[in-house]
Amino acid sequence: MESNENDIGDILTCHKKRRESLIPILQKIQDKLGYITRGTVSEVAEYLNISESEVFGVASFYTGIHLTPRGEYSVKVCEGTACHVRAGERILDEVERKLGIKHDEITRDGKFSLERVACFGSCALAPVMVVNKDVYGHMTVSRVVEILRKYR
Amino acid sequence: MTEEARTVTLTINGQQITAKKGATILQAATEAGIYIPTLCYYQPLTPYGGCRLCIVEVEGMKGFPTSCTTPAAEGMAVSTDTPAIQELRRNVLELILSEHPYFCVTCDRREYCEQFRGQVQKTRMVVGCHTCPENGRCELQKLADYIGIGEISLPYTPREVPVLRDSPFFDRDYNLCILCGRCVRVCQELRGVGAIAFTYRGSHALVGTAFGRSLEDSGCQFCGACVDACPTGALVEKTAKWLGVPERSETTTCPHCSIGCQLELQVKAGKVINSIPALSGINQGQACVKGRFGIAQFVHHPARLASPLIKRDDILQEATWDEASQLIADRLPEYRGEQFALLSSATNTNEDSYIAQKFARVVMNTNNIDNSASFYQTPLLNGLIRRLGSGIIASSIGEIENAACIVTINGSVASVQPIAELKIKKAVSKGAKLIVISPFKVELCRFADSWLQNSPGSEVALFLGMMQVIISEDLVEQAFVDKYCENFNGLKESLAELKPDFVEKTTGVSWHQIVEAARCYATTKPASIIYPLGSIPLTYELDSVFAICDLAMLTGNVGKPSSGVNLLGMLNNAQGVYDVGASPYLYPGCQPVSEMRQKFEAAWSCKLPSMPGLAVTKVFDAIDKGQVKALYIFGQDALLMAMCSRYKDLLSKLEFLVVQDVFLSDTAYLAHVVLPAASFAEQDGTFTNTEHRIQPVRKIIEPINYARPGWWIGCQIAQKMHASGFDFSQSSEVMNEIGNFIPQYRNADDGHFGMPTRGREKAGDKAKFMPIDYEEATEAVDSQYPLILMAQPSLYCFYASVDVQSKMAGFSRLCDRELLEISSADAVKLGISDGDEVRIVSRHGESIAKAKVTKNVLCGTVCLKFHFIDSLFRLTVDRDVVTEPFEIKLCAVRVGKVQ
Repeated sequence: MESNENDIGDILTCHKKRRESLIPILQKIQDKLGYITRGTVSEVAEYLNISESEVFGVASFYTGIHLTPRGEYSVKVCEGTACHVRAGERILDEVERKLGIKHDEITRDGKFSLERVACFGSCALAPVMVVNKDVYGHMTVSRVVEILRKYR
Repeated sequence: MTEEARTVTLTINGQQITAKKGATILQAATEAGIYIPTLCYYQPLTPYGGCRLCIVEVEGMKGFPTSCTTPAAEGMAVSTDTPAIQELRRNVLELILSEHPYFCVTCDRREYCEQFRGQVQKTRMVVGCHTCPENGRCELQKLADYIGIGEISLPYTPREVPVLRDSPFFDRDYNLCILCGRCVRVCQELRGVGAIAFTYRGSHALVGTAFGRSLEDSGCQFCGACVDACPTGALVEKTAKWLGVPERSETTTCPHCSIGCQLELQVKAGKVINSIPALSGINQGQACVKGRFGIAQFVHHPARLASPLIKRDDILQEATWDEASQLIADRLPEYRGEQFALLSSATNTNEDSYIAQKFARVVMNTNNIDNSASFYQTPLLNGLIRRLGSGIIASSIGEIENAACIVTINGSVASVQPIAELKIKKAVSKGAKLIVISPFKVELCRFADSWLQNSPGSEVALFLGMMQVIISEDLVEQAFVDKYCENFNGLKESLAELKPDFVEKTTGVSWHQIVEAARCYATTKPASIIYPLGSIPLTYELDSVFAICDLAMLTGNVGKPSSGVNLLGMLNNAQGVYDVGASPYLYPGCQPVSEMRQKFEAAWSCKLPSMPGLAVTKVFDAIDKGQVKALYIFGQDALLMAMCSRYKDLLSKLEFLVVQDVFLSDTAYLAHVVLPAASFAEQDGTFTNTEHRIQPVRKIIEPINYARPGWWIGCQIAQKMHASGFDFSQSSEVMNEIGNFIPQYRNADDGHFGMPTRGREKAGDKAKFMPIDYEEATEAVDSQYPLILMAQPSLYCFYASVDVQSKMAGFSRLCDRELLEISSADAVKLGISDGDEVRIVSRHGESIAKAKVTKNVLCGTVCLKFHFIDSLFRLTVDRDVVTEPFEIKLCAVRVGKVQ
């Protein structure tokens, strides 16, 4: 992962050197590298002429910006009100059991990472699970295995 | 504008008050003496409106606006303490307190407890106020008392995070943090550092650094502004942590640099326990690490001299003042005249240095009197007077922030005069253009519009290049030049020959960048040049100063507010020491020895020597030749000490050596008599700062043990030698006599400007442009010595001996030993990695240091901290040659790993 660090030069140069560019830059970096590495934090800070602590402050504020490596497939289980009511927690438990990791962790082979999310805005499909950009609605505990198998 | 147009009238709690237009309700109320509780409000910062405690009711306004963000308007009717507001405040405070141990705030036995210190455990949880270092100073306690918090209904949800002790000067206990954000804002908004920020979110939100790194690695400069801003015990200095509430505090002038910040020294049980920046003075509530954390330790340093020492049987033994001064009085008369020399430190008060020079001239009948600053300052002073008509500084430090363009040379202003750096940052935040000319990457580069990274020692070529651009592009302010300057054509001709290629090659800066910088400087007015003395190698310093002056004159940036050439001195009283005449060529008031002898003979009623005396470097030469046989070192600083240690053998040739100092130094061991001087906190007097402001130094505590003020010691010895004119009983009497010779020093106590600060207009004659030839480096690199070593000052070093430095808690850690900064390219080439022990070898000597691989220096350049002056002397000055001037800031070296 660290070897990709040099590549963010392009991302930086297409943004203006202003504080407002910080979040778009962080998003682009995350798209490219999967997460915000330590090295990129200092590069971004240097480019925007702000301190590394400020960059980190913003990056750590948003759950959508990651400061630790993500898996190849990022599994997100909704724990929002609607999903909670329809036992989203059990889906999460099942994923945790099947992947052998807790939420906010990554499997050893780097394939899966797991997050709990507040709401996807698709409460009609509750409970919801999302893998990268694939949305799985009306989830049941038994479907977890077959869905995960697709990505193995 | 009429008076009415500038004010608004409103009623607060039924009381009619007038406030400045644009003031907030909070400011209006505070001005009128009406209290509104606040937490996140911090006077020097822009209002934040975060804590919601300053809410008020305004007739006709919906809800409860925060008074810190709502402007006072004409006819407003404000209530600040209705039951409804108080109820809301109570709720807000309860919420805040639910994350802060609150029994220290609500305990009904607090007062009883404070009186008898009976109970630590007052509730089911051990959270007693005795376990909080801020007890008695905590703003939460005061607020809770005002609002009236009883039992708190919310459960206490402690954060239970470990206390962070990584900072050398203060601890961070975020269990006590209430997230008011004052520290974060002060760090970003006021100091422009941003070492800390709010991290994470919601209940996890905490003030912190990127990836939880140490403050040191996050760019913190330990100015302590966050500690001053913190309303709770979350940020507390380590040394004063458990010392409680001070008995009293008094304002005095900081002795650590030439800015002279006003500090409030807090005293308890006869000891200075802490120093807080005062709101008055040039620093306006800000300080740097040395002023904030380096005062109490300095005053009560373990190396302080306790009593006079006399060498008996080769051992320094304690003696009484009477014995010591009698011995000196007995020995000195035989050396009257040319055999005696006196060196006064530029850290002494004006009174001390005045007595020192009077002692040398009147009692010892010699002009062999010099000061430590003269080593680097005398040629510059002369140069400035020649070019600009007056010495040292052209505008005041406070004016810097109003400049439209600032050129700073060798960003060392950040480490030598941090408060001046703050003014530069302020100017930038107001929209000023900043050009940094520095071989090293410094903090200010982050704020700069343009950073010209020149190779060390090439500054003159760079300035000449800029001048050429200004002339060839016709950016000269002709009216100013015609009126005040001569020989413009001579300058023009000499610059016509300058080739851009040559400048590029010499400086390593692209011609394009130089052109841009020149245009920016010439067209953005007022433009100010900030030049911390000693930041350019001595060999080039005079030419650099000439070139800078010429730049300023060409563009008419002289003698106007926020413009000029601002030379910032290094030592705290480098200016005053000249003013009061501690110079071989000048009497008090900078009056030349060669012309003003009769006047001073009449004033002091004695015969004075007619010839100017020996300058500091010549003194060592004269000792070597046996011409000077007795030396009196009247107060010491690092420079003097380094010279003394370099020429130790010479000093041992002396027949009689007196060393007067605050600390016991290596030089003192060579002395026949050692006299303990009082520190700045133990005497009344004055320092003159770099902008010629005469500032009071106050006696805040009694002298430690038998230490005495320098002027007192000088008078004591003079009286023992039956000299007249030394019967002073107070420092103010000395100051009165100084005032006789220097009108500006009369009534100097109120911190006014001592000397005319504007240059050109005041001088009678015209300034003359003199073509400057760029001289090739004397310390050229070759295959044997392929790297250029340059000395840079450090923020964490004092102008004191290594021994003193090493016993200053915190500072010793940040500047514990010689660090050699080396670029990564050079490090790879030489097989050196970070932290390796390296040997530095120059043509003159060698030294050992620890390598620090950094991006901040150019390939081919290495950097050593200037304060480790001993090793610099070893590397740059031949031991057996005493010459002048000696270059101690630049030399060619080779560096190798120690196997």
